[in-house]
Amino acid sequence: MSRRTIRAFVLGDAQADRMVPPTGITARLTLFAAAAMAFLAVFALALSLASGRLADRWSEELARAATLRINAPPDQRAAQTEAALAVLNQTEGVASARALREQEQAALLAPWFGTELPLDTLPVPQLIEVIADDPPYDLAGLRLRLSAEVPGAVLDDHARWRRPLVDAARSLRRLGWISMLLIGGATAAMITLAANAALAANAQVIEVLRLVGARDRYIAQAFVRRFTLRALIGAGVGMALGMIGVALLPAASDEGGFLTGLGFRGAGWLLPLLIPLAAAGVAFLATLTAARRRLGDLS
Amino acid sequence: MIELENVGYSYGGGELLSDVSVCLSPGSFHFLTGPSGAGKTTLMKLCYGALRPTSGQVRAFDADMAGLDRDAMALLRRRIGVVHQDCRFLDHLSLTDNVALPLIVSGHDMAQERENLDELMNWVGLSQRAGALPPELSGGERQRAALARAVILSPDMVLADEPTGNVDWEMSQRLLQLLIELNRMGKTVLIASHDLALIRAAKSQVQARVLRIANRQLQLAGADL
Repeated sequence: MSRRTIRAFVLGDAQADRMVPPTGITARLTLFAAAAMAFLAVFALALSLASGRLADRWSEELARAATLRINAPPDQRAAQTEAALAVLNQTEGVASARALREQEQAALLAPWFGTELPLDTLPVPQLIEVIADDPPYDLAGLRLRLSAEVPGAVLDDHARWRRPLVDAARSLRRLGWISMLLIGGATAAMITLAANAALAANAQVIEVLRLVGARDRYIAQAFVRRFTLRALIGAGVGMALGMIGVALLPAASDEGGFLTGLGFRGAGWLLPLLIPLAAAGVAFLATLTAARRRLGDLS
Repeated sequence: MIELENVGYSYGGGELLSDVSVCLSPGSFHFLTGPSGAGKTTLMKLCYGALRPTSGQVRAFDADMAGLDRDAMALLRRRIGVVHQDCRFLDHLSLTDNVALPLIVSGHDMAQERENLDELMNWVGLSQRAGALPPELSGGERQRAALARAVILSPDMVLADEPTGNVDWEMSQRLLQLLIELNRMGKTVLIASHDLALIRAAKSQVQARVLRIANRQLQLAGADL
């Protein structure tokens, strides 16, 4: 498409636009369908971006962190903790190692046992948070050394439950993108149906235009421009409503978990602006294809 | 200008036209007669490319119509003004807009064409009805408007399919005068009509050839007309 053609398409030709009579119900249905699809697309995009952030964060944080559990009798716990910390501090690839305070351990158990848990009366193991450096420590080597020097130590690199979590977050992100594609496909299908209905309803108009010397391009443009603009306007409204909906979701918090993090961050708020443009693009292609097919069927 | 060479046309298994050959030379005036259903409209459609022959060749302005792509066919139709039997207007547009359709679809600047359009509306006597919608027009007004639309691009040829079919004698004479005037301007005219009185009236004013379709063949009508 040349710049002139694009300009003519965007600005339109008032005379050409009037060639096709306005079709009330088709116009309203197209607007509504585009708005509904854009509204859903905003949420699918928000879901996809949020789960993507989550997958990245979990993957990065959990990959770097490990937990050393000291399962020792109460009278040996402090000594074994000291020994473990000494081993960790001497190990290449360990950025930091820190024994969790009693309050921190209590906070970890609070969701299950409440806040009034008397940890000193329970055989709760001491936890040590280990943060890996880049490059990280040799896991097998560290395990071997700990088993020799700190008999009650169990090193957990979180791999067992990290992988399913990250996989789940990535699946959610994939689901979000698949939803976006399905929404795009459904929009194309609906616009195609509406365009076909409009083309069929205006068969006589098309015939007259062809008989007076209109080129296929001219006739198709009258329909394409109309449906493209409807999709753009409808999707614009749907996007605005969707963004308001996302903005009204509860703010991200640790208590709320994943659901409260569903939304856009920073420049991410600009991404939904692409939805009306994508809808217009889909409508343009769908109507152009339908119009070309219909006109091609005529002699 | 338009030449049909051994043209045949079959429709629904039956042959409507067979081995039709005719040449409509520039500036000529032709009538096409024949009983209803003989194939007059089909022959007209073959002339402006709305139908493709099942055999033979149609040449328009030195080009084989079968070889024209869709764009070239659209350009060809701008050189052939057609008055349809049922006029074929866009009912949501005013009479002026309907008459101006060929100008609009061919990308003319309507502001520059306004004067020509007004002049043409005046020529067909419809200046006072410019803003009317097609359903509000009488049969005669519709036919005159269709004629105005057919000639607005100053085509080389005008084809009129039963232009006087739905009008009274006075109006048919008026339409005939307009078509004769066009012929005197150098346009080739082909009128499909079964109105023998009209044909006789025309022959007294213009040198017209009368072609008749009978038994799927095209013949030159004799002196009985």
